[in-house]
Amino acid sequence: MLANFMAWMDKRLPLTDAWNKHLAQYPAPKNFNFWYFFGSLAMLVLVNQILTGIWLTMSYEPSGDGAFASVEYIMRDVDYGWLLRYMHSTGASAFFIVVYMHMMRGLMYGSYQKPRELLWIFGMLIFLVLMAEAFMGYLLPWGNMSYWGAQVIISLFGAIPIIGDDLTLWIRGDYVISGATLNRFFALHVIAMPLVLVILVFLHILALHEVGSNNPEGIEVKKKKGSIKPEELSKFTFHKQYSDKYDIVDAIPFHPYYSVKDIMGVAGFLIIFCWVMFFAPEGGGYFMEAPNFEPANGLKTPEHIAPVWYFGPFYTILRVIPDKLLGAIGMFSAIIVLFLVPWFDRGVVKSIKYRSKLHLFNLIQFSICFVVLGALGTLPATPLYNMIGIIATFGYFGFFVALWFYSKNEKCKPVPERISH
Amino acid sequence: MSNVPVNNGRRRFLTAATVVVGGVGVAGVAVPFIGSWNPSARAKAAGAPVEVNVSKIEPGQLIRAEWRGKPVYVVRRTEKTVSDLAKHDDQLRDPNSEKAQQPAYATNAYRSIKPEFLVALGVCTHLGCAPTYHGDDFDQFVEGVSEGFFCPCHGSKFDLAGRVFQGVPAPLNLVVPEHSFTSEDTLLIGVGADTSNGDA
Repeated sequence: MLANFMAWMDKRLPLTDAWNKHLAQYPAPKNFNFWYFFGSLAMLVLVNQILTGIWLTMSYEPSGDGAFASVEYIMRDVDYGWLLRYMHSTGASAFFIVVYMHMMRGLMYGSYQKPRELLWIFGMLIFLVLMAEAFMGYLLPWGNMSYWGAQVIISLFGAIPIIGDDLTLWIRGDYVISGATLNRFFALHVIAMPLVLVILVFLHILALHEVGSNNPEGIEVKKKKGSIKPEELSKFTFHKQYSDKYDIVDAIPFHPYYSVKDIMGVAGFLIIFCWVMFFAPEGGGYFMEAPNFEPANGLKTPEHIAPVWYFGPFYTILRVIPDKLLGAIGMFSAIIVLFLVPWFDRGVVKSIKYRSKLHLFNLIQFSICFVVLGALGTLPATPLYNMIGIIATFGYFGFFVALWFYSKNEKCKPVPERISH
Repeated sequence: MSNVPVNNGRRRFLTAATVVVGGVGVAGVAVPFIGSWNPSARAKAAGAPVEVNVSKIEPGQLIRAEWRGKPVYVVRRTEKTVSDLAKHDDQLRDPNSEKAQQPAYATNAYRSIKPEFLVALGVCTHLGCAPTYHGDDFDQFVEGVSEGFFCPCHGSKFDLAGRVFQGVPAPLNLVVPEHSFTSEDTLLIGVGADTSNGDA
């Protein structure tokens, strides 16, 4: 019965073929570790955001007069409204934690290197859209921090010479942030950005399956056709698209091996996620900031204005540069350089395991600077913090500059032909 | 395809013509989509002038008025404040108000019509936060200057003529909006003293 149905379907849509190509017969390197959880976790969080988001729009009112009250209505009067909202707000922070870990993995194991440059670019586009999505979503509760956060970020476009002022007016749709701004951000947040995000995720995975997954050793599992003795080939059957073109070694099918492993990751993740969601949904003031519990007030800026934690690093770079235009340029450059990592890195050895001590040190100092910048972004701007921020900004950009210089003739350890464990 | 008779010149011309006509069409369709993001007629109409009674403001006191949804700071400056304004000119970016951040009638040492009253938008010229007023403890930010505005967002500093200090992110002095006095005690924000009715 089911077999007949599938046969009927397969004649009309390549269902079984797609299942095999991308899951049951997709050759994944056998040595994925902890860091490889975060791709599937990002998908899980995306689904969570879309589902809870749809449900929240059912009770939310996107207007300057009604938004704040409707969020309180969701929290107090709608059955399980508090849970749906906390799933969504905790999910936003979780999304960034997962994505930052996912990016860190890429940097550690050289997953951006040839031939995976486009894969990395799609990932970076996802990150960029995600930041826009989160920024717009943060305006929707229409609290005072929502309001002034949006005011600061939209004003950034005013730093652009000549067209800046007209551009900010056009983005706001009013002379100040108002209901008009809120409504358009709502439309972008619930329709435009999620659509783009889902398309980009689709392209990200398609590009991944074309070039194949990297792994902690940075050793390709797809070898040149005919270069491997038949008895050394992987014992598993892989989809023709892969095995016709390559000799595949040291790989296992994604399903069931990694689908089951990822379920473990999901379980671990959900334990932490649920703990935060039920016991600390405000994330100690970092996931939801105190001034956001009063309604937006265009006449009163909160005493200490800080972005949500995940924008901290970029916000600090903006803040420590004492010039409006240069500050904005610095902030956007911090994201652009990430796009260009595949070209800053001129080396051929992928994994940190076989690269020089210098590279290890550079990556560690980069990670520390990133965390420091993030922490500073949530703190007030004192002269001392400013000083630390400037040093960390140099460390951040220094990573890319140094990488470009040493990677050309880097002294690496010999990389084995095969994954040995 | 290769053995099909094709007139390549004609095909290129038709392709180019289709792209051009289609491109014009796309540009035309984009107009309403982009245009709808401009401030609506209702938003524009909400920019009406507001009146403020200044007779009850104490010397050294600041009141906030709302005009076009933005805070407008009105400060009654003391005589000492006014006479002290010139003393820290060397610490300012634009002490003589050369940048057009104020109407012509307020382009003077006090950046106002009457030296006593400062009227300025409470919108930091960096990224638009509302600076806080420090009526007597501003010297914690700038030594020797006892009153001014401090922006809590990124630490920009302004004196009591709304002039920006050096070494802060804000590039320009606070905006002085069009304003005028319709009587001794009534300040009208949004209509200029030279009867013009536009932006500063």
